[in-house]
Amino acid sequence: MPLPLAVTAVIVVAISLIPLGYVIVESVDTGWATASALLFRSRVRELLANTVMLVVITVPICVAIGVAAAWLVERTRVFGAKVWAVLLAAPLAVPAFVNGYSWVTAIPSLGGLRGGVLIATLSYFPLVYIPVAATLRRLDPAVEESARGLGIGPWAVFFRVVVPQLRLAIAGGALLVALHLLAEYGAFVFIRFDTFTTAIFEQYQSTFNGAAATMLAGVLVLLCLTLLVIEAVVRGSARYARIGSGAARPAVPAELGWQYSPIALVFLGMLIALSLGVPIASVLRWLVVGGSAVWEWDEISSALLQTLGFGIAGAVMTCALAFPVAWISIRHRGRFSRVLEGGTYISSSLPGIVVALAFVTVAIRYANPLYQTVVVVIAAYALLFLPRALVNLRAGLAQAPVGLDEAARSLGLSPLSSFFRVTLRLAAPATAAGGALVFLGIVNELTATLLLAPTGTRTLSMQFWSLSSEIDYSGAAPYALIMIVLSLPMTYVLFSQSKKAAGL
Amino acid sequence: MTYAVEVDGLDKSFGPVTVLRRVEFAVDAGSTTAIVGPSGCGKTTLLRLIAGFDKPDAGTVALTGKVVAGSGWTPAHRRSVGYVAQDGALFPHATVGANIGFGLPRRARTVSKITELLEMVSLDSSYASRRPDQLSGGQQQRVALARALAREPELMLLDEPFSALDAGLRANTRRIVADVLAKAGITTILVTHDQPEALSFADRVAVMSSGRLAQIGTPREIYSRPVDVTTAEFIGDAVILTAHIENGRARCALGDVAVAPSPNAIEGAARIMLRPEQIEVTTDGAGASGAVVDVEYFGSEMLLGIRLDTADTAMAQRVTVRRFGATALTPGDRVAIRVIGDAVVYDL
Repeated sequence: MPLPLAVTAVIVVAISLIPLGYVIVESVDTGWATASALLFRSRVRELLANTVMLVVITVPICVAIGVAAAWLVERTRVFGAKVWAVLLAAPLAVPAFVNGYSWVTAIPSLGGLRGGVLIATLSYFPLVYIPVAATLRRLDPAVEESARGLGIGPWAVFFRVVVPQLRLAIAGGALLVALHLLAEYGAFVFIRFDTFTTAIFEQYQSTFNGAAATMLAGVLVLLCLTLLVIEAVVRGSARYARIGSGAARPAVPAELGWQYSPIALVFLGMLIALSLGVPIASVLRWLVVGGSAVWEWDEISSALLQTLGFGIAGAVMTCALAFPVAWISIRHRGRFSRVLEGGTYISSSLPGIVVALAFVTVAIRYANPLYQTVVVVIAAYALLFLPRALVNLRAGLAQAPVGLDEAARSLGLSPLSSFFRVTLRLAAPATAAGGALVFLGIVNELTATLLLAPTGTRTLSMQFWSLSSEIDYSGAAPYALIMIVLSLPMTYVLFSQSKKAAGL
Repeated sequence: MTYAVEVDGLDKSFGPVTVLRRVEFAVDAGSTTAIVGPSGCGKTTLLRLIAGFDKPDAGTVALTGKVVAGSGWTPAHRRSVGYVAQDGALFPHATVGANIGFGLPRRARTVSKITELLEMVSLDSSYASRRPDQLSGGQQQRVALARALAREPELMLLDEPFSALDAGLRANTRRIVADVLAKAGITTILVTHDQPEALSFADRVAVMSSGRLAQIGTPREIYSRPVDVTTAEFIGDAVILTAHIENGRARCALGDVAVAPSPNAIEGAARIMLRPEQIEVTTDGAGASGAVVDVEYFGSEMLLGIRLDTADTAMAQRVTVRRFGATALTPGDRVAIRVIGDAVVYDL
């Protein structure tokens, strides 16, 4: 393994461990007396109950909806399956905080746990739907047919043969939903539902960087790690690779019949209406209410440019940092690559608020000139969205097997020119897709951006946030619309990519 | 004289697994050598060490007298070595023409050069604009060969280039490749696990087994005078019989059989090896007699299991005999067996 590559990868992982290190060091510094005083109080108990209930209720609902929707579009002759398939991924283009804004302005009384579950479910069920649909598409129907041949009925086949094969996809999707629930800030502020993330933000705003915020962050990190462990246990060591060679036949879609078809269509229609229709209608309604006065072009274009700048710089930076890690994990598998992957995996699952808090503290203490600069923001983005780039880069590098590299070298190309003319060239489409997904993440990022952005920065999400906080719902609407429009093509990238590899 | 390739004392391990053990052999310029062995015997590793994709743990590799691995190191791209991989390893992002011209300097990538190379491997010039995935497996392999030939290497390494092809295509592609390389006079090393392929393709065959070179020689030597029973059975069907050797004759269940001269003159109890085609089955009585016990029918030929009647019960043996011919034989038929040529003797 080339030394510069290994060194870069180690640096990437070291930086990615800053948030975790920060929480541990701060907790130790705080001392037990202060810590227990800060932790064992009714406020924390309330936050814990809220957060845990939110996860425990929302995740199963997302799994049920995601699996049902995926099965309908992939395995039945439901009317318009191809269109539904794309539409069901589209809610990812609506940032959760825009969803919160839409629902609250439509039903002002919405709030509490019920509101939180509703908005979170509508925002995040595609995270289960996409991997499950992708897996369903790749399952070899011969396995199900064999089960039928053993005299097992269709429902039993679904639960005993299909669902177990979906376990990895469901576990992965459920983990993503749960991590998003822990990290979400904006949507829950709209409906005045307190979770750890909103509470940490509040603490940070009132006491800047006190022990209280850090202690809450510590609990949040523990919740996060617990989720990772649960997912690892559920996933187990099982592999569900297809046994046998050749391409699998596509499955024969099931007939729903006249009695179930309407139910299926109503279910899909309601799902899209609530998750996509409500936010879009709400944004459009506020645009109509506001009329032409809300289109303040100077501010809008400046916010758009800043967002694009952050997005592009962040995407390039994230891909560049992910490259050595992906390269090592594909070309030099071993203990070192597993440690690298584990390190980035854990740190990237931490909520944006923890990452932001850690970067603020570390920048102030150890790298003061960097505090409130673009560098810190981009570093935080890179950390938060590293997995999106990694997954894609890994798939891309797998497209460029070492055999092609060797062929190039036997044709007289130096390792460097072989890298540029073969490996990088073949990995380019996947790298671009990874970059696009990072870009999507950055455009819709709010929490870390609010904490870290240099003074005077006004991105789309920040503008939207500040205007809607001042109850200027019409003024915020153009920003919401632009974010949705910017995100739609990226969501399509995500969807079409999931067809090829187990994406996300 | 300098050999085109000279390999000396080559060792290679991957972790705890020893793949090559003190391998040494030399290849004359312009010759064709096939390295044959069961999968996992280390033959591909040996090829990769010669190509420069890997470094040996010990020993040296020399190409036309220049040491390229061992004392000193020449990376793959500075060795004048062409390499064709099992799957062809065509670049999926480039057309056939661009693949062929890949290793050439930009100015040399002319239409006429690409056409000339395509014609060398019996492909029409219209293929240049196609993409690799539009070609059949055999065509892909020929393009891979044309690509490797473009730089006019001194040595061509072929790593099981025909094994992914189906039977008919395989023989045809093999013939084209052998012709092209012979015409160009390029020293060639072919790695394969297919014995007939090794015997028909090369003028020298090296048999490898668990990391060592068991035997190297002409195809005829390897087939008719294998050094041990393992090699004999690997390279082709073999009939192994216990026998008693005396004065250059072997007494066995098939009667009295001539023995090939061997350096370590074995006398007394031993084993002998005959190829099935050395055993002739007749129904007219001359030779050792026996009865057919089973018949496996393949159309043009059949494999007969024959139990020999012999007075010596220690030698009462079953032999498998290949027989061409139209006469139908069924289990129970009485036959006689005659041996053609001489047997190879091994220790018990």
